[in-house]
Amino acid sequence: MSTPIVDLQGIVTRFGDLLVHDGLELKVERGDIVSLIGGSGSGKTTLLRHLIGLTAPVSGTVMMFGEPLLSGAQHEQRARRRRFGVLFQQGALFSALNVSQNIAFPLRELRVASQAEIDALVLRKLAMVELEPAHALLMPSELSGGMIKRVALARALALEPELLLLDEPTAGLDPDLSLSFVELIRSLHRRLHLTIVLVTHDIDTLMALSTKVAVLADRKIVSCAPVEETIALDHPFVSRFFKAVIDRRRIAPVAGVQD
Amino acid sequence: MSAVPSDRANHRPGIRIDPSGRGVLRLHGDWTLRLLTPQIRAIRQHLRTAPPDARWVLDEVTRLDSFGAVLLWQAWRRAWPADLSLPDDLRALFEEIAASDRQPLPQQGLRTPADHLVLLGRAALHFRDHVLDFVRLFGGIVLDFLHLLRTPQDWPLREISANVFKVGVRAMPVAALVGFLIGVALSYLSALQLRAYGADVFIVNILGLGIIRELGPVLVSVLVAGRSGSAMTAQLGVMRVTEEIDALAAMGVSRSLRLVLPKVIALSIAMPLLVLWTSAMALFGGMVSASLQLGLTYGFFIETLPGVVPLANLYIALSKGFVFGLLIALIACHFGLRVKPNTESLSANTTASVVSAITIVILVDAIFAIATRTIGVPF
Repeated sequence: MSTPIVDLQGIVTRFGDLLVHDGLELKVERGDIVSLIGGSGSGKTTLLRHLIGLTAPVSGTVMMFGEPLLSGAQHEQRARRRRFGVLFQQGALFSALNVSQNIAFPLRELRVASQAEIDALVLRKLAMVELEPAHALLMPSELSGGMIKRVALARALALEPELLLLDEPTAGLDPDLSLSFVELIRSLHRRLHLTIVLVTHDIDTLMALSTKVAVLADRKIVSCAPVEETIALDHPFVSRFFKAVIDRRRIAPVAGVQD
Repeated sequence: MSAVPSDRANHRPGIRIDPSGRGVLRLHGDWTLRLLTPQIRAIRQHLRTAPPDARWVLDEVTRLDSFGAVLLWQAWRRAWPADLSLPDDLRALFEEIAASDRQPLPQQGLRTPADHLVLLGRAALHFRDHVLDFVRLFGGIVLDFLHLLRTPQDWPLREISANVFKVGVRAMPVAALVGFLIGVALSYLSALQLRAYGADVFIVNILGLGIIRELGPVLVSVLVAGRSGSAMTAQLGVMRVTEEIDALAAMGVSRSLRLVLPKVIALSIAMPLLVLWTSAMALFGGMVSASLQLGLTYGFFIETLPGVVPLANLYIALSKGFVFGLLIALIACHFGLRVKPNTESLSANTTASVVSAITIVILVDAIFAIATRTIGVPF
């Protein structure tokens, strides 16, 4: 068996007196799409921030690509961080740069590609996220919510990452847009052989994307299994989370009351 | 022969040139950004020296990402090489690159002379917008003020008092320090000159008139514009970015009554007081320096001062303080409300606010100097 892309070992996180994670373990294998679910305040976003390396757990190790994330010299850490891309919830586009400059930014910082190559790569990434070259000169403040997500995704893909971390990829998108965004992520996963970890609240996104669902409850990952197995799980949070969908489906026809 | 040291075990990318000398390039390994980065110079060197009619063999390439594909595409001068052996699973990527290459990335165009004319016109219109907005803001404040005179229960007293504390009381230590040091420096320099003419006692006239009438108000204005003006602009700007101002409007609360007016009134009240405080500190500094340099006693300094500086100068200083405070607050609010929801706009408007405030204060100070040239000058 190959080394897992992400391996969280005995993660403990504490904010003051509040114990968020207590000996949390999670493995993500190459090619998986793992959805992280959990009640609000259960520390999903904190866990994602550990993965990005923005915060460090009190104890435990975050292993990425078989090595501890925060180990080695500065340049080794930086090289490791370039192997994953992050899509922040609000996109986090640099508001002073236009779309093409935003996508080109990580490539420019790397100082490997020439200007002509950067232009070609920006075109390529724009096409990948199904945007037109004409959008390249727009500023982030001129973009709609769906376009911001796409540009941010293109920027996350700029350095050809192996792993993609998505924080609520479909939050704030209407159902139609969120469906097409999910389709886009799925096709990119297939074409670029990506591994994806996402945090989501949205059941439709979760059902459409995940190969595995990791359930964060009681300060631990209580289960990491395919969707069907997760639904069958006997855990109060899980049954409440998925019961909502089942209820919604049952209520739907009744909702259209005639008057 | 191996052109770039190859290492199959960890998929390092490389190029092997066939020994036959007919220009056959065999590529192998992972052509990915991560693995190409460490040896990009050597790879580029080999791609550059490839003859135009070379045969390209990509059958041993284990992985290819868009960077690798673009690198090769550029090396092929953005066209398919005549002689290419390419596995089908890699061909798709090159076809995508070729397809997106057909539509060039739009670039920000260079400026023509006509554009400069347009820019000039735009700048003029922009300036007109500023002036109109400023007049509108000032008009709004005046109307709010009239409204408050009729309905005294609407006075935003809490906000005004909080702002007076913030822009006035909190600025006192730094104003005192700056005033004191300027007083010392001024007195020291003047004393050197005056002693040469034996006119030591005139130090009181110079410091008294210079500091009370001119230096005090201008010094405080510059300080306050940098300290409180920028803070006001940034605060309003951030509230605009986070839609707090829109939220106020949605609740039916007047933004000028709740946000702008308290700042303007507070600074108009606090500025004359700060001018008084800073001028006093500067005179104190001058007095200390004069006693050390020229041996003038404190008692002599204090007794002489009211005689040589007519009281009118103090009134001029206080009214200057009031007008400058009003202007600084209005300018700060004007730029704060113009912030657009992005970081660039916030910094640009904050800078513009401070620079305009200082410029306009100095301009108005010149007008004051001309208008009051016959008032309060003893000789």
